Amino acid sequence: MMATFFGEVLSVYSRAVEEDEDELEDESEEDVQIRREIENKREVHVHWSSEITKSTDKPFQCSDFIIGVGHNAAGFLSAFVLSSGSWEAVGSASLWNERSRGSSQPAGEPSCRFYRSAGCSSVLICLCTCFVAEDQLFQWTEKVFGFIQTRGLQVLVLSDASVSEYTTADPVSASPVPFLRALKSSAYQDRVHCPMMEQPNIVTCLPAAVLSHCQVHQIPAVLYQCYSDVVSPDTVTMETYKPALPCLSKLVTLDSSPSIDVLRKVVKSSESQSNLYT
Amino acid sequence: MFIPVGCSAPSFKEFTLIMPAVSVGNVGQFATDLVISTLHMPRVGYFHSDCLVPMVGNNPYATSPEDSSELSTNAEVYSLPDLKLAVLQIRAPIIQTKYRQFRKSVVSWIKTNEFSKVVLLSSCHAHHRDDRQLLSTPLRYLLTPALQSVVGDGLQKLDWKEMEKVSAFPGISDTEQRLYIPGGGVTKTLYADCCSEGIPLAVLLIFCSEGDNMPHAFALVNYLNEWLHLVEKPGNVAARWKIPSSWKLLFGSGFPPALF
Repeated sequence: MMATFFGEVLSVYSRAVEEDEDELEDESEEDVQIRREIENKREVHVHWSSEITKSTDKPFQCSDFIIGVGHNAAGFLSAFVLSSGSWEAVGSASLWNERSRGSSQPAGEPSCRFYRSAGCSSVLICLCTCFVAEDQLFQWTEKVFGFIQTRGLQVLVLSDASVSEYTTADPVSASPVPFLRALKSSAYQDRVHCPMMEQPNIVTCLPAAVLSHCQVHQIPAVLYQCYSDVVSPDTVTMETYKPALPCLSKLVTLDSSPSIDVLRKVVKSSESQSNLYT
Repeated sequence: MFIPVGCSAPSFKEFTLIMPAVSVGNVGQFATDLVISTLHMPRVGYFHSDCLVPMVGNNPYATSPEDSSELSTNAEVYSLPDLKLAVLQIRAPIIQTKYRQFRKSVVSWIKTNEFSKVVLLSSCHAHHRDDRQLLSTPLRYLLTPALQSVVGDGLQKLDWKEMEKVSAFPGISDTEQRLYIPGGGVTKTLYADCCSEGIPLAVLLIFCSEGDNMPHAFALVNYLNEWLHLVEKPGNVAARWKIPSSWKLLFGSGFPPALF
């Protein structure tokens, strides 16, 4: 760990491992206190709305849990699923880390939002567009899955990735971008609607934490990872997720002509960043 | 925390445990891969811990399209009861603030399972060698007192070199000697923990730099094989290790033809 002038803690990354990383042995009382404060500040807070905590049995029963990680995955779910039918916000997860902007309040702006269909309450959707740090991933999954009844649960994760992270013997330029690759936990028995991820590709961050949790706890889970060459959210990448949803069509209505307003909102948030020539 | 694949937890009593340290060039992890892949070891459980960076991928040891889509996580345990052998493979870095917690959980897992001995495969920065170390083989070993009493004599026959202690203040005073394993990750501290806890642990390590570390992995696993005879080698021929399918494209994707 390295603290910068502004006080945020950055994890310095290298394949080479230094020997003296473990200097915690001889830390003073003040160091312990500072470390504890940082740990508290980086804690993941999950809040559920009072209706959901009051009305339903604990743990919360649901048959499908859909998680959209990244702007395109979350944008796809907002435009194609959440805009059709009536969905209500039922909870949020908030966290603070080195990439959080401005606010030093850990429980400030929520970073992930949970939605439940008003008609069919057995589907829970989570949209996550924020960065969850390495040390917060395990906690995030433990806290979120700790609230949900895992028996009879199926998990679907949609996640954005850059095509530069994808390794293949064929030159990448030969395959049409964007494209989907899937990973599934051992307990997942249904059909997968795109090619499986080839060796030696791996997945990290929140999708990896969710899939690891599902794998060890024998929860059926499938991940659709979309490799795109566009950095900002775009509608072509969002459309790529479409094949991933047939498995849910019995529970969720997929909006074939999504609300233009929602799409505009998702795409616009990144456009306004570049205002040099406008 | 160890979570078995099936419903019942396997017994590791009197087993030998092989595990890597996440260290320079990932040599220990590569060598562990070679052991699992060559012996076709089945997975028996997961080491599910908040101390490791989450990571998933498909079966790293896939041999056919049928077994290629099995999900694999950041730390898994493989076992062969016939050989009384268990292997803990670690595929992700340890989270910087959780080194101590990670060591604690590994040590307590080793203790509760009553392994007969533990072998830690590791590596150390080659550019930190002193003059004595430069002139000899790059392979070294270390034994905890608990293991020294059991196998100490056996290793004498192999003519192995023990990891040297170096002066804490070279050039000024040679009285204070210390163990120095730069680039070894948890190696030194885990060794110290095992010494104080009375765990029979051997550290096998190789001096290397980062780059193409596959040759180092073969050297380290051959070194291990000299001692434990995991793979039989007829005569003087080097043991035949099976490279896992996940080692392909270690240096990235293929080249676009438009480049030429």
